[in-house]
Amino acid sequence: MSGRRLRAVSIAALAALAVAIPFLFGPYRVGQFTLVLVYAVAVLGLNLLVGYNGQISLGHGAFFALGAYTAALLIEKASVPYLLSVPAAGVLCFVAGYLFGVPALRLRGLYLALVTLGLAIAFPQLIKRFDGLTEGSQGLTVEQPAAPGWLSLADDQFLYLLVLAFAAVMFLAAWNLMRGQLGRAVKAVRDAEIPASTVGIDLGATKTRVFAVSAAYAGVAGALYVFAIGFVAPEAFTLTISFAFLAAIVVGGLATISGALFGALFIEFVPVYASDVNDALTGVIYGGVLIAFMWLLPDGAAGLLRRLRRLVSRGEEETRREDPGGGEWHEEERADRVAGPAGRAGAGAGGLRA
Amino acid sequence: MERFVQVVVDGIATGSIYAAMALALVLIFRSTGIVNFAQGEMAMFSTFVAWGLYEAGVPIGLAALTTLGLSFIVGMAIERALIRHFEGGEPLTLVIVTLGMFILLNSLAGWIWGFENRGFPSLFADETVTLGGVRLSVESLGIVAVLLVVVGLLFLLFQRTKIGLAMRAAALNPESSALVGVRVGTMLMLGWGLAAALGALAGVLVAPRLFLDVNLMGSVLIYAFAAAALGGFDSALGAVVGGWVIGVSETLAGTYVDFIGADLKILVPLAIIFVVLLVRPTGLFGSREVARA
Repeated sequence: MSGRRLRAVSIAALAALAVAIPFLFGPYRVGQFTLVLVYAVAVLGLNLLVGYNGQISLGHGAFFALGAYTAALLIEKASVPYLLSVPAAGVLCFVAGYLFGVPALRLRGLYLALVTLGLAIAFPQLIKRFDGLTEGSQGLTVEQPAAPGWLSLADDQFLYLLVLAFAAVMFLAAWNLMRGQLGRAVKAVRDAEIPASTVGIDLGATKTRVFAVSAAYAGVAGALYVFAIGFVAPEAFTLTISFAFLAAIVVGGLATISGALFGALFIEFVPVYASDVNDALTGVIYGGVLIAFMWLLPDGAAGLLRRLRRLVSRGEEETRREDPGGGEWHEEERADRVAGPAGRAGAGAGGLRA
Repeated sequence: MERFVQVVVDGIATGSIYAAMALALVLIFRSTGIVNFAQGEMAMFSTFVAWGLYEAGVPIGLAALTTLGLSFIVGMAIERALIRHFEGGEPLTLVIVTLGMFILLNSLAGWIWGFENRGFPSLFADETVTLGGVRLSVESLGIVAVLLVVVGLLFLLFQRTKIGLAMRAAALNPESSALVGVRVGTMLMLGWGLAAALGALAGVLVAPRLFLDVNLMGSVLIYAFAAAALGGFDSALGAVVGGWVIGVSETLAGTYVDFIGADLKILVPLAIIFVVLLVRPTGLFGSREVARA
């Protein structure tokens, strides 16, 4: 089977499995898988920024929270239909991300990590401070979407499929975005800023856009989180969730679309089992995993899978080149990334010509 | 007026603690080009060790000193065993690794010592002295004095000793230093050891003012980041001045600006970081970064 066919088949199998899940498991498990999808959207958004653009944000928990509160307030206080609350949360977070990004992205990597860390710490305090609107630490209960009568689905199954539909749209959009003009510019900026700017890429504008897009993903995920949980409170959006998202992209694989799913599975199920042993175990695992993956497996679970897939398809197509717009992190690209500045400069310019 | 002076002195004391943390950050940034996100959690861990010694009957002064020594050794060990592997790599990798240490140490401390608050004894007598008609706490003055002594010692180390000279050389140009016989790896280890000890000092000083728990250093770290950004990430003088400015403006804002109060105090350093990085990204005393393609 050729590489491309193998990939198409595995994507189709994954999609079939995703649709089958609510009919295979009980309501409790289905609820967990709904959350996996929610996290996958946020993790994907963060990966657009960290993996594809090389910027680091520790503040995506704040955008996730902003999206969640936007949806919760729109549904509960303004009686907006819940389907509309998702794009509203996305747009608001896009704008917020843009406004935050304009000054923040003039800063280089480390400083961006700093200000976004501050954002993640400050945001729960802001929620508490404006308790007139947000009900403070008490939290807000939101009515969850219920299955319409004409569909013979249980509420949990409906909820899962609804979130799946949104997640599928977001995944497709990310895949498309990353193989288009913005995606190439984004990767060029990551790999070689100065050569990228000499061929006419506006560094600031590119970084700001990708930051805004990734904030919008976090916002959409936040709104879906409200559907899944039906409750928002500042305690859900502490620094821990920003760290969890980061752990998820490292586990799933930097600069991969599919990695977001592995990462989301990881951050949903690890805490469930770890807390049986000790409350601190989740954090120990997250921290240990961040270090261990960067040491041993810097391209994460998706990278491991890709290498396996290569092994399978190698016999039939020795000189295969991966589809150049695949939106995934090519092996060639990785080689350039670890090469010296000269190699990286070449990669930036090459990416633009492609 | 008396109240104003008290608030300012208190701010300088708090700022001295931030300055100690900021100095730790600057030490590591200068030698290895890394912003160590785990610095605060390393300090928190050390503070718990000091607390454990104190609970076991060791006098607090001795417990603090022992902890500083232990932190120095462990800091060196962390550089050698973990950070060395990633040095010279992508900044993103190093940020993720130090964040991994952040989460790991935080959770380990929770596992070992639990998540509840504990009181921590002060190194200083709980008294006040009257200076020029203003009553000031011995603790505040003591903290400032400790910081000044530490800064003096660091100055002597870096400017007047062979080891300090070698550390500066290793930070400035590792390759050339290695060629003239400086053990660059050892110097980097020493830098991490010193930074860990400085962090431990900050932890022991700040713990009596807050409560000791696993999140002790979270906000201190943000303030220290603000201090280092304000002073310039590669300037030791900047770290101290930055720490004081942050400490004083934080206490003033928390006391006199009603809207801010205790909840939003954390926004003050955030705003300062933002403004500094936009107006003068190198900070007050930092040197300009020049990149070559």
